[in-house]
Amino acid sequence: MTRIDSVIATEHELHDLFVAGLDGDAAAYHRFLQRLGGLLRGYFRRRLQQLPDEVEDLVQETLMAVHTQRQSYRRGEPLTAWVHAVARYKLVDLWRRRERHDALNDPLDDDLAVFASADHEAGEARRDLGRMLEQLPTHQRLPILHTKLEGLSVQETARLTGMSESAVKVGVHRGLKALARLWKDMT
Amino acid sequence: MKTDELIGLLARDAGPVPARAGERRFAIALMVGVALALAWVQAAYGIRADLAAVMGTAAFWQKVAMPLSVAGTGLIVVFRLGHPGVRMGGWWLGVWLPVSLLWIWAAAVLWMAEPAARAPLVLGTTWRTCVFNVTATALPIGVALLWALRGLAPTRPVLTGAAAGWLAGAVGACVYSLHCPEMAAPFVAIWYVLGMGLSAALGAVAGRRWLRW
Repeated sequence: MTRIDSVIATEHELHDLFVAGLDGDAAAYHRFLQRLGGLLRGYFRRRLQQLPDEVEDLVQETLMAVHTQRQSYRRGEPLTAWVHAVARYKLVDLWRRRERHDALNDPLDDDLAVFASADHEAGEARRDLGRMLEQLPTHQRLPILHTKLEGLSVQETARLTGMSESAVKVGVHRGLKALARLWKDMT
Repeated sequence: MKTDELIGLLARDAGPVPARAGERRFAIALMVGVALALAWVQAAYGIRADLAAVMGTAAFWQKVAMPLSVAGTGLIVVFRLGHPGVRMGGWWLGVWLPVSLLWIWAAAVLWMAEPAARAPLVLGTTWRTCVFNVTATALPIGVALLWALRGLAPTRPVLTGAAAGWLAGAVGACVYSLHCPEMAAPFVAIWYVLGMGLSAALGAVAGRRWLRW
């Protein structure tokens, strides 16, 4: 079966399940969401290879959007086009958000790719990061902990740790490089 | 939350979803918006006394031809923008073509007029207030359209807001013409179009704020 054939088969299957769901068939709708979840995961994973932590969040966000915006699907139109437009909107939204977020939070923007995959996954990703942080020497660990994770300013961090401001900046910078190496070794 | 749990949660909230929800929202929005705009024109400016007689003349219909046709095509464009994945086709052309034709016509009118008659053709007697009045009349219609779009899912919020503002401007111009005493094509070509443009600009700003989802 060629790619287009499988897309058409998926379209038919999902369309029927989705429309049944629109008419109130909860079991069909459940199956539709499960199938769609898998498809979305694949779609986002291919497009977010730099941000693997974001994939599952985005799958959930898109499933939620599909659900809350489902009255904007017109029954005669191809479902593929509708789902794709919704998923792409959420993907672009994520990119835009991250761009803004990164621009606001990256005073030293060369090595911060490390944090690009951890910021929004507050729970689990941060625990991993915590473990890696523990491997850093104190003069790197504390500046990163206070400025990057707790959001203090360089000044406040300097006061808190008794380090000079330039030592805090250097500590963040070198510590991030060290973390990037650790991160690479891990993955 | 695990994705499977979320799916279970959402599935329990299955339909029924009414078919043609979008059509219904747009119909309600236009009815409410136009009713408010009519009330505004009646209260703030007054419907022109000779309306019944004027509506029998070709000049009146030539004047509203542009906003009426923009309203028609604009409705289709905005409706499509509200639905993800629906192709626009050539409909974009439809929201601009009537203005282009009006401009050609207005230019011809000006070109053929006596030099002394040109300024009155362009300025009429109400040019100072026309832009603002068209935009103000469009406002309730624009707000109603934004409400309709918030129930749908525009994937290009700014563009959709601008198109909705342009459409509201066109409908607002139709309603305002029930008061407006100007009948010259050059007047409509400039001041009405500016009023619609201002409405579109407001729509773009509003779309950016309120049409994200």
